[in-house]
Amino acid sequence: MSFRMILRVFLTVFLCLRASGQGGGELRFSIRNDPKTFDPLLAEDEASGTVRYLTGATLIRIDRKTQKFAPELAESWRILAGGTSIVFKLRQGILFSDGTPFSSDDVAYTFRRMTDPKMHSPVGDSFRGGPGEIKTLVQGPAQVTVTFPAAIAGVESLFDQLTIVSSHSPKKELATLGPFVLGEHKPGSHVLFRRNPNYWKKDATGRRLPYLDSVRADIQQNGDLELLRFKRGEVHMIDTLDPELFDRLWAGSPGETRNAGASLESEMLWFNQVSGAPLPAHKKAWFRSKDFRRAFSSAINRSDLCRLAFKGHADQAAGPISGANRLWANAKLAPHVYDPKAALARLHRDGFRLEKGTLRDRQGNAVEFSLTTNSGNKARSRMAALVQQDLAKIGIRLNVVPLDLPSLIERITRTHDYEACLLGLVNVDLDPNSQMNVWLSSAANHPWNPKQKTPETAWEAEIDRLMRAQSSALDPKKRKAAFDRVQEIVWEEAPILYLVNKHALSAVSRRVLNVSPVSLWPRLYWNPEYLRVTNQVAQSR
Amino acid sequence: MTTAGKSAGVLLFAIVAASLAAGYLAPASYETQFRESPNASPCRQFPLGTDELGRDRLARLLYGSRVSLLLAPAAAALSVALSALIGITAGYAGGWLERAAMAAADLFVSLPWLFLLLTVRALLPLNVTPWASILITFLLLGALSWAPGARVIRSGAAALKHSEFALLARASGCPGPRLLWKHILPNLRPLMAAQFWIAIPMFILSEANLGMLGLGIAEPLPSWGGLLAEIQDPGRIAGNPVLLAPAILLTVFLSCFQFVFSKGDR
Repeated sequence: MSFRMILRVFLTVFLCLRASGQGGGELRFSIRNDPKTFDPLLAEDEASGTVRYLTGATLIRIDRKTQKFAPELAESWRILAGGTSIVFKLRQGILFSDGTPFSSDDVAYTFRRMTDPKMHSPVGDSFRGGPGEIKTLVQGPAQVTVTFPAAIAGVESLFDQLTIVSSHSPKKELATLGPFVLGEHKPGSHVLFRRNPNYWKKDATGRRLPYLDSVRADIQQNGDLELLRFKRGEVHMIDTLDPELFDRLWAGSPGETRNAGASLESEMLWFNQVSGAPLPAHKKAWFRSKDFRRAFSSAINRSDLCRLAFKGHADQAAGPISGANRLWANAKLAPHVYDPKAALARLHRDGFRLEKGTLRDRQGNAVEFSLTTNSGNKARSRMAALVQQDLAKIGIRLNVVPLDLPSLIERITRTHDYEACLLGLVNVDLDPNSQMNVWLSSAANHPWNPKQKTPETAWEAEIDRLMRAQSSALDPKKRKAAFDRVQEIVWEEAPILYLVNKHALSAVSRRVLNVSPVSLWPRLYWNPEYLRVTNQVAQSR
Repeated sequence: MTTAGKSAGVLLFAIVAASLAAGYLAPASYETQFRESPNASPCRQFPLGTDELGRDRLARLLYGSRVSLLLAPAAAALSVALSALIGITAGYAGGWLERAAMAAADLFVSLPWLFLLLTVRALLPLNVTPWASILITFLLLGALSWAPGARVIRSGAAALKHSEFALLARASGCPGPRLLWKHILPNLRPLMAAQFWIAIPMFILSEANLGMLGLGIAEPLPSWGGLLAEIQDPGRIAGNPVLLAPAILLTVFLSCFQFVFSKGDR
């Protein structure tokens, strides 16, 4: 064979490989901290969640794109006995990363381990609907039934967090069923994931996934440095960008920015309504007045908050559930309309009056109070300044007090020594059951008045009733109707003023293929098995 | 005074005068939000442009200078007064009182002041006006910064206590308080003046540090610290060099200050 022939064969093979785009490559991105655990059943922080997402596999997965349940390790499932049992039919022929076979024994073992009180598994807590034991019944290698002590509405959504671990692998939880396995962890530097050679998914052409050879998650706390490294090509994607960094990147390379629209993150404001709070009685009366709260809400120009505080990368919020949550958001709700005149009229009806630019209550007290927020958050600081000037138009004097976060948390959760608070909320879970600890009046995280022995208002009693009803109903339509009503009550009574829903902003290098940004976490690498990094820059998307 | 010293003095005077005349020089109030003109470039209406909320940067710089320049000396005076009280008492009394005061000073010096400030600020009442928040910030700065000065003044007082004129005064029957007031304090005045002039730029920078963390002067009042926080984002400076104005003004002010007053001390 001549040299020219050898060269031709080599070039042909090279070009074929390149054209088919089957080269693996390494995907690099940043996480904020070291993972606190590599045990998927103990993951609570975001970094550990990333490890779990890349390495673990679940029985049912919430498809981040469609927001619907998708079969993963379970081929199919049925809910029985009024929602107290769920029967899974499992896929067969699947191997863990270390070559040990996956079976229903692993599912039973995972449940046993997760519900072990010594484990203190946060995932396990979400499955415990009531007192009693969760039982698993293995019915052959490919079928398992899980029985709960009480019916759990929307139980499928809980399985998105439950990574199946091996019952008999010597590698314990490091034997994984997900697309990647943990390769290396250098604390403070990076976590390296390698391709799982036994991953069970295949693409349309029958090729075993994932495409990537490895994923490297660098530990980087500073967003500015992360962007700098992205521009240098040292990382390929940034899952979450703030509006300033997004605009900065947009100015230089708009093709690498992605805006997936409204996210699940809300910015909200609430008043302290705790009866035992160390506040003057007249202030408690203001904060407990629905008219006061609604007038306050109508005096805030949400459009300006979106435009100026978030540089246009936010939508006005209508209620507790962002429109990004397609299944549970109440589409009938619209943001409270900005109308200072109507706000003043409502305040007049409630006994307030405007005197020489100062709003006074019936007793003549000037309406002045503090708005606390956490320091160091630029967007929130801008929001506070905007709200302050909006409220000045109706004679309310707002004193903005930025506090370091631990002090703020101490005040809003323990001492209740604050007047109003501006903070953000991230709903990670789509299902309203995950918000029981917010909406029940007895809950510790009920922001405006936590741990009530009995509901102090009729509308809070109604919210309690509806939340319990939706958590026990199995008919999705009934659940939706009940939670829609909860959102309507919150809109009407305004115990929390929802201000804006931030956009899901991210950045992706042109070298990464098959990225389809979504508003849920993770925004960019939710389909890691299909991602690819090439040496060529993608020309179009 | 040299020509350079005079120039520094004139510049210093001009900065202080401009900040005091902010109400006349600034084209708008520091808190008015021209929401249709955010991030405006310098123009006739806004000579230094506007910030992200449409507030006039020149007005905020002038008012911010007033806040920082008026209150930093006040905080320095408080700090020096405390230092003098503790330092002179310790130096003159000696014994266990001196040891206790210096142990307390060592403790204060070793404490991370930023965390101390955060803790103390978090314990204070929330519902205070922006002007009260300024006073609180500078009072805290002054009250928590007495220790280094107290150590220096204690050394001076201890040395003066054994000086010949003090011995003579005591031998003449001069009572302790009079000795302190009439003989020791006047001789410590240069030391206290030096502490005062050193403390002013230190407090301006401390407030700036707090402002960078979002914990300085409350909105909507401006201060050099709050204005400097805008340059945390270096990417924005290239597109809008006006953002550097507070940093330049602070540098010029501190340089002139050091030039004028450190010359005087010598």
